[in-house]
Amino acid sequence: MTSHLTHLQQLEAESIQIFREVVSEFERPVMMYSIGKDSAVLLHLARKAFYPSPIPFPLLHVDTTWKFKEMISFREKMVEEYDLDLLVHINPEGVAQGIGPFTHGSALHTDIMKTEALKQALDKYKFDAAFGGARRDEEASRAKERVFSFRSKNHRWDPKNQRPELWSLYNGRVRTGESIRAFPLSNWTELDIWQYIYREDIPIVPLYFAAERPVVERDGMLLMVDDDRLPLEADETPQMKSIRFRTLGCYPLTGAIESTATTLPEIIQEMLVTRTSERQGRLIDKDQAGSMEKKKQEGYF
Amino acid sequence: MSTSTETAKTEIDDYLKSQEQKDLLRFITCGSVDDGKSTFIGRLLWDTKLLFEDQLATLTAESKRIGTQGGNIDYALLLDGLQAEREQGITIDVAYRFFTTDKRKFIVADTPGHEQYTRNMVTGASTADLAVILVDARKGMLTQTMRHSYLVSLLGIKKIVLAINKMDLVDYDEAIYTKIKADYEAFARQLNFETIQTIAVSALNGDNMIALSPAMPWYQGPTILEYLETVDFGRDVSKEPFRLPVQWVNRPNLDFRGFSGTIASGTVLVGDAVVEPVSGQASTVSRIVTFDGDLETAQVGQAVTLTLTDEIDISRGDVLCQTTDRPATADQFSARVVWMHDTPMLPGRNYLIKIGTSLISSKISDLKYKVNVNTLEHMATKTLELNEIGICNITLDKAVSFDPYVDNRQTGSFILIDRYTNATVAAGTIDFALRRADNIHWQSVDIHKAARSSQKDQKASVLWFTGLSGSGKSTIANLVEKKLHTLNKHTYLLDGDNVRHGLNKDLGFTDADRVENIRRVGETSRLLVDAGLITLVSFISPFRSERQMARSLLEDGEFLEVFVDTPLEICEERDIKGLYKKARAGEIKNFTGIDSAYERPENAELVIDGAKMSAEDAAAFIVDSLQKRGLI
Ligand SMILES: Nc1nc2c(ncn2[C@@H]2O[C@H](COP(=O)(O)OP(=O)(O)O)[C@@H](O)[C@H]2O)c(=O)[nH]1
Repeated sequence: MTSHLTHLQQLEAESIQIFREVVSEFERPVMMYSIGKDSAVLLHLARKAFYPSPIPFPLLHVDTTWKFKEMISFREKMVEEYDLDLLVHINPEGVAQGIGPFTHGSALHTDIMKTEALKQALDKYKFDAAFGGARRDEEASRAKERVFSFRSKNHRWDPKNQRPELWSLYNGRVRTGESIRAFPLSNWTELDIWQYIYREDIPIVPLYFAAERPVVERDGMLLMVDDDRLPLEADETPQMKSIRFRTLGCYPLTGAIESTATTLPEIIQEMLVTRTSERQGRLIDKDQAGSMEKKKQEGYF
Repeated sequence: MSTSTETAKTEIDDYLKSQEQKDLLRFITCGSVDDGKSTFIGRLLWDTKLLFEDQLATLTAESKRIGTQGGNIDYALLLDGLQAEREQGITIDVAYRFFTTDKRKFIVADTPGHEQYTRNMVTGASTADLAVILVDARKGMLTQTMRHSYLVSLLGIKKIVLAINKMDLVDYDEAIYTKIKADYEAFARQLNFETIQTIAVSALNGDNMIALSPAMPWYQGPTILEYLETVDFGRDVSKEPFRLPVQWVNRPNLDFRGFSGTIASGTVLVGDAVVEPVSGQASTVSRIVTFDGDLETAQVGQAVTLTLTDEIDISRGDVLCQTTDRPATADQFSARVVWMHDTPMLPGRNYLIKIGTSLISSKISDLKYKVNVNTLEHMATKTLELNEIGICNITLDKAVSFDPYVDNRQTGSFILIDRYTNATVAAGTIDFALRRADNIHWQSVDIHKAARSSQKDQKASVLWFTGLSGSGKSTIANLVEKKLHTLNKHTYLLDGDNVRHGLNKDLGFTDADRVENIRRVGETSRLLVDAGLITLVSFISPFRSERQMARSLLEDGEFLEVFVDTPLEICEERDIKGLYKKARAGEIKNFTGIDSAYERPENAELVIDGAKMSAEDAAAFIVDSLQKRGLI
């Protein structure tokens, strides 16, 4: 008898193995929880990995204060439903300086409210391992990142000096102050994520499903008017359009797509015929090729 | 729900059901630089329509900017993720790529062909079920082709696709294909592959990649994709013994104690007898627990939690096994080791070993020979450098369970980790267990100076720096210690000023106190040498007799006097601590060189001309002479 697990079963098992390995080898792991679909899958896998024990680490949400309102309410619902230990960190200095994407530009906003904030939180709680939902298929520089990705005391990633990673033998040795980012979803693709969400019936933020929402079109991107902080140009009037999101982040930096897909099968079907990758909806990657790699070296996930 | 929604739902349901059954094939591509690996993978992604429009736009733009195809699409750019690599125009690491067809999901490890990057190839091969070996039709088999094939076989890959690429550049000549195929098959006979499928392609033009090429009517197939989609890489799990390396003990409450892990081979059923082979404790599987409900049976690759009928003492690092077909349990084995770090392997040195889920202490007890990966010859060696492969005996500080790598890639593999830098320095595959009687014991009963020294891979000694205040002793001693440290030597630096703050706090600067000062420092350095350390002492130590006394505490050859000979004028001119000024002003009494004598060494082992030599050069000179003397 030769027998194979299906690809989703294999991916699931591999992710669970990574979760268990980190928990066994590190003293203070944390899971980055960004509320998006990858985080939803990550959370689901974490629950599976340790069952019947509860998830043996806290979740951390780095809140830039510009997330969609529905993301925050979904987060609260999850915490409630699964009895999660959630930490929320907002960069207090960024708040004091009133940093925001409109006043300071997307690059600075991301740097202060996301990258810096993340480092602050990791330092504050002295986490030595942080799970992230990044996938290698997302962007070229991620394709070479390790599953256990070493970070220096300053949270920097050195792509030239990565530890070789063989079989499923991960090297989890760090000195005080150093840490790793662990990526259980490394080998998943966007399609795998959707198929898995469907198969496992995993709850996700409703913004992923099409609905009539107020939007303005700006620089070729459809921006949702999530609250009154979005400064409207003289010629801009929000219009109601049937839209959904393929990826979720700060609402002023996240482009929607026009869609009528209100169910998972429809989303998957749209996805199969679609011709743009999900990162296109994110402003930060577009500055220049290689920009993601720079951000990663500086400690952005 | 609208009708269109319903149609979508049924269609997609059917689709999703069919997708559920898909399996996952991992493969690597290897070839020498410019054989066309990146183009090959880029082409597969392209032809299986995995490129999105925006990725395509970036690719087109980048092809124009830095491409090598004169503005045409350079598929290779898709693969080169890291900026630095793009600029150098070579692939320097392992990149993982994904594509899906209706039959299978694929994970491709793109591994570099550059000589110095064997380590990346080994990394990519470790998880692969199949290897695509690219050969440039114009060049035929190269040394690198043989090396890659050897590495692939070393990592246990049994299925090979030999892709003869750039057929367009040899007029699609069948004779060339036939010759390379024959050459390769003859060479590969020694490598124990199960199957070698040779396919003639042009990655650039897409010939025989997805569809059979009209340019090569003599080639009947299969195409690359057809082969990858259908090749059987399954294992007969029913014949494999059950192994579960325990990753994590699952204890939510006092009533539940489960052992979580991923099954490394075989199957397990509720009611099966299992054993932890090192301790011999046995029990029976009572439940196979998962989040999705208990299972009756589970197989290789599944991540599960087992509970047992008996309370037995099992923890992370143990392996639960079938009682009838047990793994080896030993604290020594023979293995092949691929060295992956710039710092060479040193037999006798301690490394952490991660084997399965256990992380323990180990050392290379015997390096038998290294393998020339180009000729497969065995060569005598004392060390392994980056990218070298050696056959060695490894001794662990306790017995663990393992299988030969040929039987089990999970329980037969390991990595070595440097204790100090935490770098992964090597990867290895186990050949067989060694019995205790065949070998020396791990722990020697009588730990003495030589044992402590050799454990640190050095000869313990004292470097006694003497010279005037401001001569540069401490600066040089510091640099020497840093250099030794990077060489992974174990050192300790006793500095005059620092010792006077602690151990010798009660001493002043009278002659008697100076003697006592040196006596204590001499005794301390004797203890440090006994502990196996290279001890650096940086003291003015002005009197010959006290230096002699310190020397007499040690064995011949262990005491090296380093005279930092800097003229008083220069020291006084430097006057870094402002002490000469104070001494001249009479504020400090008994200051060496001013109103207290400095007796120049007559037979110092090493003399540094402090007026001429920079501190850096002096340090290098000292380290060099330690090497010459065989102390490090
Ligand atoms: N004519 C021809 N050129 C090819 C073919 N495959 C690759 N090349 C070219 O060979 C060069 C090296 O290819 P690349 O994919 O970068 O090689 P790598 O170093 O192995 O990744 C590039 O200029 C490719 O366009 C082929 O089938 N035919």
